[in-house]
Amino acid sequence: MTEPLLFELSRPGRCATVLPALDVPPTELPGNLVRGELALPEVSEADVVRHYTRLSQMNYSVDTGFYPLGSCTMKYNPKINEEMTRLPGFANLHPYQDEDSVQGALFLMYYLQEFLKEIGGFAGVSLQPAAGAQGELTGVLMMRAYHLDRGDAARDVILVPDSAHGTNPASTSMSGLRVLEVPSDLRGNVDMGALEAACGEHGDRLVGLMLTNPNTLGLFEERVEEIAALVHDCGGLMYGDGANMNALLGIARPGDLGFDVLHYNLHKTFGTPHGGGGPGSGPVGAAPSLVDFLPGPVVEMDEEWSEESLPHFTFVSPQKSIGRMKAFYGHFGVMVRAYTYIRMLGAGGLRRVAEHAVLNANYLMSQVKDLYRVPYDRTCMHEFVCEGIVPGAPDVRALDISKRLIDYGFHPPTNYFPLIVHEALMIEPTETESKETLDAFADALRRIAEEARADPDLLHQAPLSAPVRRLDEVRAARELILRWEG
Amino acid sequence: MPYIPHSDADRRAMLAAIGVQSVEELLADVPAHVRFPDLNLPPALSEMEARRELESLARSNFTAADGPCFLGAGAYHHFVPAVVDAILRRGEFYTAYTPYQPEVSQGTLQAIFEYQTMICALTGMAVSNASHYDGATAVAEAVITAVNVHRMKRRKVIISPYVHPEYRAVVRTYTQGMGLEIGDREIGRLADSLDQDTACVVVQSPDFFGRIEDLTPLAEAAHAAGALLVVVADPIALGLLKSPGEFGADIVVGEGQGMGAGLNFGGPYLGFFATREEYVRRMAGRLVGQTVDADGKRGFVLTLSTREQHIRREKATSNICTNQGLVALAAAVYMAALGRCGMRQVAELCYHRAHYARQRIGEIDGFSVGDDGPFFKEFVVRCPRPVPEVNEYLLAEWGIIGGYDLGRDYVQLDGHMLLCVTEMNPREEIDMLVAALEEMTA
Repeated sequence: MTEPLLFELSRPGRCATVLPALDVPPTELPGNLVRGELALPEVSEADVVRHYTRLSQMNYSVDTGFYPLGSCTMKYNPKINEEMTRLPGFANLHPYQDEDSVQGALFLMYYLQEFLKEIGGFAGVSLQPAAGAQGELTGVLMMRAYHLDRGDAARDVILVPDSAHGTNPASTSMSGLRVLEVPSDLRGNVDMGALEAACGEHGDRLVGLMLTNPNTLGLFEERVEEIAALVHDCGGLMYGDGANMNALLGIARPGDLGFDVLHYNLHKTFGTPHGGGGPGSGPVGAAPSLVDFLPGPVVEMDEEWSEESLPHFTFVSPQKSIGRMKAFYGHFGVMVRAYTYIRMLGAGGLRRVAEHAVLNANYLMSQVKDLYRVPYDRTCMHEFVCEGIVPGAPDVRALDISKRLIDYGFHPPTNYFPLIVHEALMIEPTETESKETLDAFADALRRIAEEARADPDLLHQAPLSAPVRRLDEVRAARELILRWEG
Repeated sequence: MPYIPHSDADRRAMLAAIGVQSVEELLADVPAHVRFPDLNLPPALSEMEARRELESLARSNFTAADGPCFLGAGAYHHFVPAVVDAILRRGEFYTAYTPYQPEVSQGTLQAIFEYQTMICALTGMAVSNASHYDGATAVAEAVITAVNVHRMKRRKVIISPYVHPEYRAVVRTYTQGMGLEIGDREIGRLADSLDQDTACVVVQSPDFFGRIEDLTPLAEAAHAAGALLVVVADPIALGLLKSPGEFGADIVVGEGQGMGAGLNFGGPYLGFFATREEYVRRMAGRLVGQTVDADGKRGFVLTLSTREQHIRREKATSNICTNQGLVALAAAVYMAALGRCGMRQVAELCYHRAHYARQRIGEIDGFSVGDDGPFFKEFVVRCPRPVPEVNEYLLAEWGIIGGYDLGRDYVQLDGHMLLCVTEMNPREEIDMLVAALEEMTA
């Protein structure tokens, strides 16, 4: 299955869009500033629709099947949320309109802030960050600003566990701070001995610790409160990477566990779609000590509810704000979806989300752990990591198993992450999948293990049923063809 | 239970297979004293009730669809052909993840490859990445790229004061830990501030006030000093105007919202980022490259990921991961639907109508528009009354969304309004704005 490039479909003189005729007297164009050639395609409307429809059919998606991509929370994306974000009263709002004309939007943002505060156990929330990584950068800059504000300018070290997402160390570097990696112990937790040593050696330089909980092995940090105490005792702060919040909804609030600042991923935890790589949304929650450093503007209620009138809302910038993270207020279109999701689930529904995410992950783990070794064999939270190694099939790698899953109609798990597991297959089923789906997936993994022993080449050749076979990534990086040149 | 398919029988069977009595048992690692907090959230709603609540909130807003809108300043009311949303609503696109598994992501990958190609065509550059969060963060990433091109040896960044004020603010936020010197308040010739410590000079065209200029002299001055020229562009203007590449820009970034993203109260929008081939390994963000599959068939993959955080961790060019995939798709569909002639037509409609509007408003007693050289779709008007008052009058009496109050960002421009006219404002609307302003001052 291939689809020509738009440029190959182009024929001179075609145009898919008719625009109104000019209805004002023309003004002379500034000749020296006007461009000549514009090499855009010329296609008809039907060409455009067929081209992109056919392209869409070459994608795997949550709407077409099971997508157990670890750390990504590929849950079902409710259709009502898509409808709500397209309501004309939201979709056509200009960000610089007078506040009085956008009170409905501010109401929604204010209460989404309130909901997230409540869910995470924080004193303040800024909805501005555009995605998880930007939420991390926000949090790290806030921790940095907190110390500087206290005149504590020597602090420049951030501790990051070796199981952390790559965004954690990258956000640290962008903030001009140093990363110090902390190893994991045999149970998959942060190694307390190593943490104590790091705090002892670098305590007065410590900005904070970035911790994902549950961590990227899908395990709850059993000693999270002790970790927080250690970090706090040497003046450091606790950053929470909220990528795995789906396991904690109504189960535990990061703020109660000792985190000072945390980013949420609305596109993971709160059911908003991933869009083939964004837009996400990464609001940041802060404990009282850090609220003043949140990026602005945030929404405040400046007139309370009363018997006669609705409340009134306004944008304000927190007192010692690190500044803006982006233009305007954040991904409002994503906020509408998340607000709708939270309103439809309520407190009970959110807790059921986490409980079923944990139930599904543990069930699936119980069905596959005899086939593929689970190196940290504990009760997991919303995901688990096994080794993509089949005894008796030494040439088969995690990648081969992943690619073969495509032939069975499934999206592969996350491969080769976290880095501390050999040939990692990181599997996150989410709560929206049924027992039948999980059984079918476990069955596929069982059959693949058999195939690996009987006919390993079949796995090396996989996928056989996708729109394309395995792609030559080395050649892509060497030849570097990044645009069509005819 | 919304979105959860389990029956009681399923749950029992699954718990038995795991070997536990209850889900609570699975959560024993969570400290008991904080386990199961009582969340104070409003009671759950059915879909029908949720829809009613959201519709009521949406209805209480006054929007650019409810009356003529002359507000721009970085977010623009442009026409979005119906095909754009028809494609965006395909679940195969919007419910997919980042295309890390290329064999089952060719749709997204090819669409981004085509997007990169079209961004290169518009900007006159050789390489485009797959997107940034918005125009502001694209500028910040451009500044960081320029500093990295100079291997952190040049620490000074000159930004025109006529770059969007919020973009300049974001550059300051992003770089606050990097020890850079950011100069963005200098009125006067930018070229005069260039020196051997300058990593880049950042200029916007059309600038925040809508003005356009020949950037060749600035490019030459920047290059003479060994600095990069970063140009913040409006892709809609590029349908008509010379590309920054033609002027000699090294990095071209900007806000792609005008191409199919809608207004959406400020986001999600689209940061585009294009540069010269020689800087491709220094740039941030995802890149799609062409290759072949095992049968020799053309296919697409994410490439040069050794620059990125999931491989390079603290040594990555940026921390960016999730970007604006679906909004980039919207822009691609938009550019395909408008095509070579449509992009030019939209730009010309903006240009001619904006000029008509400026001339008419300049003729009203008490208003003045000055003569500040060529401009595209936005222009500055000096008002006889404070801008908030003018806007309040326009909205209350005429249902018109007025312009941007420049006094918010430029103290010397108190009483000055930035007006924007696009293809969405037919002559009747412009005439109505003129009538309203005349009435107000009569």
